[in-house]
Amino acid sequence: MPEQLLFAAEVTLNGLMAGVLYALVALGFVLIYKASGIFNYAQGVMALFAALTLVGIMEGQVPFAHLINVIFGTEIHHFGWEVPALLAIFLTVIVMIIFAWLVNHFVMRHLINQEPIILFMATIGLAYFLEGVGDLMWGSDIKRLEVGLPQGINEFIDEKTFEALGYGFFIDNLDIVATIIAVILVAGLVIFSQYTTQGRALRAVADDHQAALSVGISLNFIWVLVWSIAGFVALVAGMMWGAKSGVQFSLSLIALKALPVLLIGGFTSIPGAIIGGLIIGVGEKLFEFSIGPLIGGATENWFAYVLALVFLCIRPQGLFGDKIIERV
Amino acid sequence: MIYREAGDFKTSYQSDAQTFPIKLDRIGYFITLFVAVLVVPFVINDYMANAILMPFLIYAIAALGLNILTGYCGQVSLGTGGFMAVGAFACYKLMTAFPDVSILIHVLLSGVVTAIVGVLFGLPSLRIKGFYLAVATLAAQFFLVWLFNKVPWFYNNSASGMINAPERTVFGFAVTGPGASAAAQYLICLAFVIVLALIARNLTRGAFGRRWMAIRDMDIAAEIIGVNPLKAKLTAFAVSSFYIGIAGALFFAVYLGAAEAGDAFGITKSFLVLFMVIIGGLGSIFGSFAGAAFLVVLPVVLKVVGADWMGWPDDLVAHLQLIIVGALIMAFLILEPHGLAQLWRVTKEKLRLWPFPH
Repeated sequence: MPEQLLFAAEVTLNGLMAGVLYALVALGFVLIYKASGIFNYAQGVMALFAALTLVGIMEGQVPFAHLINVIFGTEIHHFGWEVPALLAIFLTVIVMIIFAWLVNHFVMRHLINQEPIILFMATIGLAYFLEGVGDLMWGSDIKRLEVGLPQGINEFIDEKTFEALGYGFFIDNLDIVATIIAVILVAGLVIFSQYTTQGRALRAVADDHQAALSVGISLNFIWVLVWSIAGFVALVAGMMWGAKSGVQFSLSLIALKALPVLLIGGFTSIPGAIIGGLIIGVGEKLFEFSIGPLIGGATENWFAYVLALVFLCIRPQGLFGDKIIERV
Repeated sequence: MIYREAGDFKTSYQSDAQTFPIKLDRIGYFITLFVAVLVVPFVINDYMANAILMPFLIYAIAALGLNILTGYCGQVSLGTGGFMAVGAFACYKLMTAFPDVSILIHVLLSGVVTAIVGVLFGLPSLRIKGFYLAVATLAAQFFLVWLFNKVPWFYNNSASGMINAPERTVFGFAVTGPGASAAAQYLICLAFVIVLALIARNLTRGAFGRRWMAIRDMDIAAEIIGVNPLKAKLTAFAVSSFYIGIAGALFFAVYLGAAEAGDAFGITKSFLVLFMVIIGGLGSIFGSFAGAAFLVVLPVVLKVVGADWMGWPDDLVAHLQLIIVGALIMAFLILEPHGLAQLWRVTKEKLRLWPFPH
């Protein structure tokens, strides 16, 4: 095969891997949207917050150390212990569950029956709030996240493809792990929502709030549950992105990348989120690779949105979404 | 006790339909105008102008523009930053291409250019709404900023990618460039604000405004009573972008003096203006001013209280500011979805009956 084509194939593969990461973030959106009709803009910041918390717990940072030092004139930074990764992940999950409860109790509960756009703007407020809290708790410097995920080029694929095609494919180990984890996560979610009582209740709430309420399903509990699951998905996404490029503010911007993913896949479909993520991931990499050099590069910033715009005009409900979108 | 309409007889249709039906409001309005035009320019200093007054005036224009689109016509836009960038770069190109033409005309023309771009990106609104539209405007935001960063023609091939405002004068006073005095810059912004606010107020209570509000409240019903949604939505996009373009032009030429698309007109700017509109009050002219004032003054107050009085480090104050702004947004949406403007309205209702509320 010609060199150019092989290179394109490699770009496509890497795009697929990047797409998995987009899909992970988009998943969190879909979960909350399906269950409560809220488009949660704060999902990206939740990923950032979860990753920050994970790093903070692992390194034994004192939360709000900066604030405490300033007020009391002390000099504390770390507890002086290090928490193993698994325990830290467990503790972070607990933090995210508490966060889910707080969000539901203080914000979303009071906004029932508001228009979707009001809810959307409330989550923008939540995103700002959470970003501030995250920075205040753990500091805003860039952190390295090391939970023992493998990183770097996968030698095996490199060698095998070199033997077979005469050209070694460069594929990051981390991307492979991310793909596997995403698959497990999605499988887990599907099993949860299809075969457990709570999962069934969750789908009932998604279908019809009032009907669910009338058969005795607690809306509050379901919403806390959904936000907790979204928090967990955010943690997974935050870990993957954090391991890839460090835990920093730009992590929260992946939320913006997930928007076009959802428009393409449909707001209400879990498979849609995954396929949409893959399309965006491959599309933007290939576009940058083929057309990018002609028009100045850095097209990754806007390609996804323009693609989503095109999709909106042709198929407004997305590939797998419900056909309930109102046309004007 | 004195704030009421009793005794203020309206003898003509014109006086009945005026903007401020209560005498005290009218007096308040003229006193504000008098202070803003004839007192402030003589006591202004650089810090006051740069930290509070000029951002307030310029953001007020942008908030007016976004309020027309989001508050009156119900179309949510997250592309404000991108449209401000269009205004800024249009102004820059015009200023450098036609140095002899007055800056006032340039600013107005940049508004027109932005209006055209706005209509272009408003076209999807004919088919989609709600946050589907919000995402479409987000596409405008990212695409426009990328465009201004990548195409050298827009910044006249300058090595840094920055645009710098050359010195221009109005009536012999420099208003842009390093030689401009704070008072002149303030006055030029104020002039635009006064004229644009007047136009906005009258547009929104006239036929245009009623069409927009009809579309906002229920598009199908509006269509049935004979409002053309295409025209209503596109005029809202055009007028809104015109305002935002002027705000962008003033922001770059008068306030910043030098700008770079990604820094000055990023997505955060879009959110900032949206927050102003939410906190101030959707669908209210007064609300646009209140929201702009609030979000311009809040960081200054926090900085003075936190950094200067308490001696806290700057980054801590910045984090606290994020928390407070986010909490305020949520609190307003929960407690008072119509923002500061509604609080003001309620206060006025109470004042009218005071001290005998029954």
